[in-house]
Amino acid sequence: MLLIYCPHCLEHREEEEFSYGGEAHIARPLAPESLTDEEWGDYLFFRKNPRGIHHEMWYHGVGCRRYFNATRNTLTYEILETYVVGTQPQITGADA
Amino acid sequence: MSQINRLPTCGRTDPSQTIKFIFNGKTYQGVAGDTLASALLANGVNVVGRSFKYSRPRGIVGHGMEEPNGIIQLGSGAATVPNLKVTQVELYEGLEASSVNGWPNVNFDLMGIIGLFGRLMPPGFYYKTFMYPQKLWMTYEHFIRKAAGLGKTPVEADPDTYEKINQHCDVLVVGAGPAGLVAALEAGLSGARVIIADEQSEFGGSLLASNELIDGSSASDWVTSINSQLESLSNVQRLRRSTVFGYYDHNFLTILERRTDHLGLKAVSGPRQCMHRVRAKQVVLATGAFERPLVFAHNDIPGVMQASSVSTYINRFGVAPGRKLVLATNNDNAYRTALDWHRAGRDVVAVVDSRSSPSGELVELVRGLGIQIFDGCGVIEAKGSKRVRSALVAPLNSEGTKVVGAVQSLACDLIASSGGWSAVIHLSSHTGAKPVWDEKIVSFRPGESKQQERSAGACKGTFGLSDGLLEGATAGAEAAQRAGFGDGVVQRPLPAVDEVVEQPQQTLFLVPHTKPTSRAPSQFVDFQLDVSAAGIELAVLEGFESVEHVKRYTALGFGTDQGKLGNINGMAILANALGQSISATGTTIFRPSYTPTTFGAIAGRDIKDLFDPERYTAAHRWHVEQGAAFEDVGQWKRPWYFPQGNETMHQAVNRECLAVRNSVGILDASTLGKIDIQGPDAAEFITRMYTNSYLKLAPGKCRYGVMLKEDGMIFDDGVCACLADNHYLMFTTTGGAAGVLAWLELWQQTEWPELHVYFTSVTDHWATATVTGPNARKVVAKVCSDIDLSADNFGFMDWRNGTVAGVSARVFRISFTGELSYEINVSANYGRHVWEKLIEAGAEFDITPYGTESMHVLRAEKGFIIVGQDTDGSMTPADMNMDWVVGKNKAFSFIGKRSLQRSDSVRENRKQLVGLKTLNPTSVLPEGSQIVNDPTQAIPMAMQGHVTSSYYSANMGYSIALAVVKGGLNRMGDTVHCPAADGSVIAAEIVSSVFYDPKGERQNV
Repeated sequence: MLLIYCPHCLEHREEEEFSYGGEAHIARPLAPESLTDEEWGDYLFFRKNPRGIHHEMWYHGVGCRRYFNATRNTLTYEILETYVVGTQPQITGADA
Repeated sequence: MSQINRLPTCGRTDPSQTIKFIFNGKTYQGVAGDTLASALLANGVNVVGRSFKYSRPRGIVGHGMEEPNGIIQLGSGAATVPNLKVTQVELYEGLEASSVNGWPNVNFDLMGIIGLFGRLMPPGFYYKTFMYPQKLWMTYEHFIRKAAGLGKTPVEADPDTYEKINQHCDVLVVGAGPAGLVAALEAGLSGARVIIADEQSEFGGSLLASNELIDGSSASDWVTSINSQLESLSNVQRLRRSTVFGYYDHNFLTILERRTDHLGLKAVSGPRQCMHRVRAKQVVLATGAFERPLVFAHNDIPGVMQASSVSTYINRFGVAPGRKLVLATNNDNAYRTALDWHRAGRDVVAVVDSRSSPSGELVELVRGLGIQIFDGCGVIEAKGSKRVRSALVAPLNSEGTKVVGAVQSLACDLIASSGGWSAVIHLSSHTGAKPVWDEKIVSFRPGESKQQERSAGACKGTFGLSDGLLEGATAGAEAAQRAGFGDGVVQRPLPAVDEVVEQPQQTLFLVPHTKPTSRAPSQFVDFQLDVSAAGIELAVLEGFESVEHVKRYTALGFGTDQGKLGNINGMAILANALGQSISATGTTIFRPSYTPTTFGAIAGRDIKDLFDPERYTAAHRWHVEQGAAFEDVGQWKRPWYFPQGNETMHQAVNRECLAVRNSVGILDASTLGKIDIQGPDAAEFITRMYTNSYLKLAPGKCRYGVMLKEDGMIFDDGVCACLADNHYLMFTTTGGAAGVLAWLELWQQTEWPELHVYFTSVTDHWATATVTGPNARKVVAKVCSDIDLSADNFGFMDWRNGTVAGVSARVFRISFTGELSYEINVSANYGRHVWEKLIEAGAEFDITPYGTESMHVLRAEKGFIIVGQDTDGSMTPADMNMDWVVGKNKAFSFIGKRSLQRSDSVRENRKQLVGLKTLNPTSVLPEGSQIVNDPTQAIPMAMQGHVTSSYYSANMGYSIALAVVKGGLNRMGDTVHCPAADGSVIAAEIVSSVFYDPKGERQNV
């Protein structure tokens, strides 16, 4: 049971209020039609699966209904920071 | 009814209050303050159970939750509880308990015959013996389980209630022994919000049975004093009979509080147990230590007990469980038991110490009493059957690995053994901290903290009282400071303890026998599951090396006690057999729950009607009054069909479907998801989400759209209406409403924040009655005078504001039946009123309420898909033969568009939506049936697709189905086959998915 700080509500709330949104910082290609199937497939399907620092989206669905990003250690489940969409993480892993 | 083992000193019990109880059908007497275990021992009951595998008679070994043998079934009927430990059941008047193992009873057990042939049942016996033939395993298992016993689950519903509480605190202290008590006091004095929980009926832990003096007075006086100090602090919550059984991520811990179990048959009110779900800023673990028994031959005979348990029964309960004691030890600490036994006026036959010349203070005290000490010796075997009769003692070499002299027999009826202490590291282990083996204390210690926690006292491997108190106080102050309270400095002076100096213990787990382990009488490691030292060695011989594998092969630690007594001994014996150190062998990982936990407490009040929320539409009561059968759609209760008289479902659905096409029907469509969308960029946003365009949709108009995921697969569908400039109402499927809302918000918030558009779920605000059928207009006209209902002025896919039955309404001309339809939306509060007025208005046309089943049949007659039934997340609009819904000239590459050009999306031979018409018009294909071309081919057959929807259509007069078939759109007229599991085959012809009114004229009138 994670305790997650919502950067919009400005408080810690229980995991039950949130749902996971997958890897963060994936920009949708501006001109999808100009991409090859392989390039489009990379955008669609391929995700990082790091052992350690991971930047990911969370949705405060049973709260403010807003998405935000979190930096989480996938090994310890520690959430090192949360930050609003459109900003960059302060904490980055070796491969980030 | 004599309590032959009751002492004149009463410990913490009250002998003036006697309590009658029944164990295995016999009535006994105990006293207030007893546990079932102390009362049984007081009455000289030797055999309390039978072991799991060999059915050997077993007696009480311990005094707490580590007890492996005294496993009982409490009470009977609905409230019966299986697998409780006698040491943890507080005695109450009228208590009834029986052993979980043993047939016909524990004293005469037919299964015990197996025990005589123990050597025939080595580890893995079941795997090896009952493996073949495979199909008989279920039969074997049935008998094995019955033979194994271990409690009966109640067959009636639990009459008790349970509660859950969510709590927050600054400092949670686990365990109220000496270290925990001072930790809680220090944290409490700092002003922090503290919870201290302990599994016992009273706080004090080991001090409740201690003779040690604290600040010059008895340990129990000190406990009383610190308890009252804690009680005076309003910021400290004290939870007795409360086991912290799990330590989860981000300092979330669960506590099971047993509130009324100890009150027994008294009329009690309130919940039986309560689960506290605690989020703690800081945690102090003060969970203490278990004494470790020495492993020797036939150490499972009743009358072999833990040394500390013997002391506890004397000092706390006033019970001496025997007459003549032999104490087996490798350490000084256990000599306290000899002193306690002597003080109780009973005979200490001898102390058998594996060390060559013990001379600690306690040793000298015992020697001073004239008690014989066999040093450099071990108890190598116990003799007796249902009670110990003697102990075989022999000299050992200095490493304690070999018998080096003559064996002598000491007559006795009690062997107390101590092999040192094991820190209770379970909760620390739950956090992922890796336990560290410490040679010096011969115990695991908690590993480096992974969460906001620290251990203090015996659970950290600090076994001395004064050191433990210091550690506890320091941990309490530090935890409070880390939580933002106090300066981290211990405030109260620590009490003075007269500590005796103890000499080091010897590292000894398995006491050698004159015969090698494999030939010696069984030396039990895990009593509950009959795992012996020889069994562990055999596992190694058979090639098992990992402690996790040996655990599973031998079943070491698999019982309800989870190996609390046996695990460390087992690992040590394994390490020795592998010829490696204990730290290299490691320990198994401890996981929640620390002790067995009732499902009732985990579920709390979330049962029966409160298990999951139920959503009702505004007209729900009307449906109930009409006798509707209901179907669960998500959390919604939707009318499924409305049977009349003795109609079957099939008859009712046929009648409802015919009524809609021939006159008029009415459906409660309130559950459809409704999202209100507003903002200057609303049209642009909606257009990016749907496959078709909404840029030119004018107020008063509706459009049907399909939403794709970015991979091009259909995700939801529905109608979107333009209410006004920059204002839209999006309908979603009933089940998809929440997912669609989250989906819209995902894109707006994370990808296109520059688009000004806002979403509000309004599903529950509106009640929707769908009036559909050729007479729909006539019905609506009777209750609506301010909308021009003529086809010219209110056409298909239009919507109008107006008044229906006196209520402000939005009326949509959209249709899921293919008939002339009006979907009338009113504020939910007026939903039933409007519904009843429509029923009244429709009476002359025999208006027929219909449910979801008829809705499904009617739409299938039209070939309208249901997302999630006819699609499965791998279907494109083209697969559904719905290319017409994809805008080809949209400026923006809408969600999923690019994927429609992926090589796999344009592949030939994709599964495509078609209709199926069975050759026999009355046989209805089972939904999910696989479709093949040739039913006579060999298995595995080449699958062509599957049936997604299938019904009998009264309107068509034959059975219809929708199916997805490879390249199906090019196979019209082909015959395919659906083989069933029973060998039968239904043949069907591939036809258009639109069975009824293929030109779509009826909805357009």
